[in-house]
Amino acid sequence: MEKMVDVYFFGKKYQVPESLTIMSAMEYAGYTLKRGCGCRHGFCGACATIYRIKGKNELKTCLACQTQVEDGMYVASIPFFPTDKRTYEIGELRPNQQVMMELYPEIYSCIGCNACTKACTQNLNVMQYIAYAQRGELEKCAEESFDCIGCGCCSLRCPAGISHPMVGVLARRLTGKYLAPEAKHLNQRVEEIHAGAYDELIEQIMQKPIEEMQELYNHREIEK
Amino acid sequence: MYTPEMQESVKRVEAARADNLKLEPRRMTAEEKDSLLKAFHPDYRQDGFVEIKIGPNAGQKVPTELGHLLHSNSRLLQDPVDLGKIDYDVDVLVIGGGGAGASAAIEANEAGADVMIVTKLRIGDANTMMAEGGIQAADKENDSPAQHYLDAFGGGHFAARPELLRRLVMEAPDAIQWLNRLGVMFDKEADGTMITTHGGGTSRKRMHACKDYSGAEIMRTLRDEVLNRKIPVVEFTSAVELIKDENGRVAGAVLLNMETGDYLVARAKTVIIATGGAGRLHYQNFPTSNHYGATADGLILGYRAGVPLLYQDTIQYHPTGAAFPSQIFGALVTEKVRSLGAMLVNADGEVFMHPLETRDVCAASIIRECTAREKGVQTPIGTGVWLDTPMIEQLGGAGTIEKRIPAMLRMFMNYDIDMRKEPILVYPTLHYQNGGLEINGEGFTKTIDNLLVAGEAVGGIHGRNRLMGNSLLDIIVFGRNAGKAAAAKAKEVQLGTLTLSHIEAYAEELKKAGENTEDVSPLLLPNYARHER
Repeated sequence: MEKMVDVYFFGKKYQVPESLTIMSAMEYAGYTLKRGCGCRHGFCGACATIYRIKGKNELKTCLACQTQVEDGMYVASIPFFPTDKRTYEIGELRPNQQVMMELYPEIYSCIGCNACTKACTQNLNVMQYIAYAQRGELEKCAEESFDCIGCGCCSLRCPAGISHPMVGVLARRLTGKYLAPEAKHLNQRVEEIHAGAYDELIEQIMQKPIEEMQELYNHREIEK
Repeated sequence: MYTPEMQESVKRVEAARADNLKLEPRRMTAEEKDSLLKAFHPDYRQDGFVEIKIGPNAGQKVPTELGHLLHSNSRLLQDPVDLGKIDYDVDVLVIGGGGAGASAAIEANEAGADVMIVTKLRIGDANTMMAEGGIQAADKENDSPAQHYLDAFGGGHFAARPELLRRLVMEAPDAIQWLNRLGVMFDKEADGTMITTHGGGTSRKRMHACKDYSGAEIMRTLRDEVLNRKIPVVEFTSAVELIKDENGRVAGAVLLNMETGDYLVARAKTVIIATGGAGRLHYQNFPTSNHYGATADGLILGYRAGVPLLYQDTIQYHPTGAAFPSQIFGALVTEKVRSLGAMLVNADGEVFMHPLETRDVCAASIIRECTAREKGVQTPIGTGVWLDTPMIEQLGGAGTIEKRIPAMLRMFMNYDIDMRKEPILVYPTLHYQNGGLEINGEGFTKTIDNLLVAGEAVGGIHGRNRLMGNSLLDIIVFGRNAGKAAAAKAKEVQLGTLTLSHIEAYAEELKKAGENTEDVSPLLLPNYARHER
């Protein structure tokens, strides 16, 4: 018999196997999840969760799908967090410090408490990427925030009311669109295709009988 | 973290690593692949399938679990809905908030249509978000769309619909450019050249990536764009049935508020099914790399309305799902791990295949190693083979793993497994639905007017097996096309009186065939809750 632990979902006690994640433990306890459950593999940020271990005062944040249960865990999942996303037309923005000032001025109210970084379920240096955004260093902000899954735990803990994941998205889009160097070979290939340069080749290959395609496929040269 | 028995095997892997690194394993011949698949691929296990009893694909086989849903009735038979009260009235209704749905909505909005997204979870809760490895496009000098076509056609066992595959490869560079211009951060060299690698079955290095968050980076950018455009997104609301008009054309959908249980009626001039895959049906009891909502809902809605399925009997098992520890059982270990140089190694430290064969061949080969050949590594929860990840650091230099596949490093580190220093254990996981609803080149179904399909819910783009990086590509290419086509079509549609008579006709057919599962479909969410009574 597997070892069981006591966990408390929304204050109510359940006995669950200790090997389970918080998410599967809730299902073991009988919950049918609607909110607070998305990809189940740590990529979507749907299952932001707060917990405290009985007898300890530290309040922790985690993803329910990526965190194993512990004995005496008091758990509350966060069904929704009102992140404050500003809307914009990406084509009309310019990648500079001014953009951040206009769209997310609250980042300048950061008091440097580092609660965002401590709350990050991906172990990102959140306060650092906000600092980069403040200084208009968008590429650095984009790089530092790249692994953000938008669970919102940082914003939940922020005394300045910053919506950190949204700042990261803006920095990444500006970087991807304006600051990263253009892929010339890509643009050239798009033009060639639009000009019809591959129409004949593709028609030819589509018309070939299956036997000929098999021959071509089985003996095609593979780039090293 | 590994058991003592596993640690013993790790020692054998470590001892063989230097020699293994020098190997260039032979690729299998066409005949070898063929007999391997027939003997070990789950698609060839007869007991995993049933015969479809009614509808356009009657007499063909389908995975048992999907068959059960196809042979179940609409929940609206017991729960009638008043179609006279219209809650939403739009030009284009997009069902599904993943990559295909979001791309479609953006293009429909761009074309001036009044478009709405409905999704049973949140926008972005989709397999797109979890796609790690990359997206293919033939944009390098040594490559061409025709070469891409050949790789995909052969990899899919020469079964792809040529018209669909042509669009996929010819519109691929355009799709990458569109994403790049929306602000997706692709991995690039300092001069802007895309960093591209191989995937299983590619003959050119055409896999573009955003570290190993490729799908996430694409999805969060598309989501941001949808929100910027103020396209209405109705979340936690599923589509439970298509609505037709008296002329048999699709005219909207009945929606279900997942939280309150209330039904809603959405009238639409065109409807795009972009509901994704079916991993959460756990065919043949496989674990899955799919998101929580992957329950084939769109296939059920479409089939009940009269749209034929294509290749519904071909499923993709991703060769490398996490096999240990139990907490991440079935989670995707991106193919990019092999693109970067990690080899598949058995319990004795032997390389048993070329790591970049196509996914179906690779999965079957791993299953053979763990069954017939008895060379799998035993764990407390099953079996698997090693993916020798420290090879990546030896080939690419220290730090390669952290830079190129940070999500993988993080996922295993959570359980104290440092993949830079020790191998990780993998076994095939249910990953992708190769088949789906049949469409024409424009994205419309061939049988029902005003209805389009995009993304994983489509069958025929990839044939009977899909290559890595062609799914992120297909959701963008076919999502965008569907959005444009739906918006254009909506301009000329005049809808008649709304009706659900097709679900009664379907029920009648089921009854005649003697089928009564006593369940309702679509499933909407998997039944994971354990109840003692």
